[in-house]
Amino acid sequence: MGVFSRGFGDRRRESDPKLPPGQYLTEDFPVLSAGPTPRVDTADWSFTIVTEDGTKKSWSWADMMALPIDEIGTDIHCVTRWSKLGTHWRGVSLDHFFTDISTSDQYTMAHSYGGYTTNVPLEDLLGGKSWIAFEFEGAPLDPEHGGPARLLVPHLYFWKSAKWVNGITMHANDDPGFWEQNGYNLYGDPWKEQRYW
Amino acid sequence: MVEPIVAGWLPGTVASATRMTPHGRILELQVPSWPGNLPGQHLDLRLTAEDGYQAVRSYSVASFGAGTSIELAVEEVADGEVSPYLVDDVQPGDQLEVRGPIGNYFVWRDSQTDPVQLIAGGSGSVPLVSIARAHQRSKSTTGCRFIYSVRTPADALYADELMGLVSSTFTLDWVYTRQAPPESPRKPGRIDRSIIETTAFTPAEKPMVYVCGPTSFVEAVAGILVDLGHDPMRIKTERFGGV
Repeated sequence: MGVFSRGFGDRRRESDPKLPPGQYLTEDFPVLSAGPTPRVDTADWSFTIVTEDGTKKSWSWADMMALPIDEIGTDIHCVTRWSKLGTHWRGVSLDHFFTDISTSDQYTMAHSYGGYTTNVPLEDLLGGKSWIAFEFEGAPLDPEHGGPARLLVPHLYFWKSAKWVNGITMHANDDPGFWEQNGYNLYGDPWKEQRYW
Repeated sequence: MVEPIVAGWLPGTVASATRMTPHGRILELQVPSWPGNLPGQHLDLRLTAEDGYQAVRSYSVASFGAGTSIELAVEEVADGEVSPYLVDDVQPGDQLEVRGPIGNYFVWRDSQTDPVQLIAGGSGSVPLVSIARAHQRSKSTTGCRFIYSVRTPADALYADELMGLVSSTFTLDWVYTRQAPPESPRKPGRIDRSIIETTAFTPAEKPMVYVCGPTSFVEAVAGILVDLGHDPMRIKTERFGGV
């Protein structure tokens, strides 16, 4: 038996095949953050990858800028149901950061200024699927949206694209990060609507 | 107490719809299989048109605890698709579906013993009303303070109920951004550092702070709180809308 909402549907929006199930289009850029927005100067910024044997490799802002920079055109999908199509970013592919990293762990935890974390399988970060992004639509990324730099993993729900990212630690298991401990899905594929536990 | 469970879609019926402000209504939903919710949690609400078209949006829950009656307060979003239906069209007896409760972070549990600071902008008051109600019910002896920013007195959801909660352990301070009542101690204007400094718990009192409202409001308030010395990890935020 279906449940129908009497008289609903007059204001419906056009559907778009680029929209995953249960998403609606927005021209806006909403913000989902659990706490205050950290203010991080690029002069103080660094990004560190830590592997299972404790080896650390770090990049300053200048180090990152010396790596090859990609122009990225992508759709983004937030678990709170808005999607933005055709957004433009500039950033450095995670492939470049992982070039000299030796690890046999298959999972990662992204860490952010402010203390937040999110877990992403390593294979979802590599192969041109994710970036450290620092420009949005031709301007430096606003702090509200994760500036100076955020992870960009656009094929997963957008909470996986950790704002204010400052590092990745390798994990043997797919341990849950901050949002994942607080009700959100461990993986977060928007096309399978993996929103919640 | 109830822990968050997100089951499938649960059928519900609108039990009552009460206009509270020029653009907002309180809806009471009867959802027989609702598992209950913690104060501060939200749910997904799904509407299905007769031709099968569906739309889903998230709403904070104003009610808390066990029980199958859910209270939502919905404010109409200009150009919205779902909120105008809920604010203007839906009637008692109409059907819809909900999923939830959702979120395990922006919640208050009655085991918390710290002072509770609530700061709401507009319809961001809904989850904070839920927390204020639960705090009151818990007979907690620690204080709860509520700062509520609205455009005009007529735009305040839950004004009467919140004023009725005022006691030795609950304070309520209004910020009017467009039009203040004559007895207001402050001229209309946005929330600022001096308002927070004079009405909120101090960092030394180690409150747990909950801020909910439009993105620009939450950004401003959270920034002021951090500047005043509040621990960022003790400031929980929920934002809506873009910047």
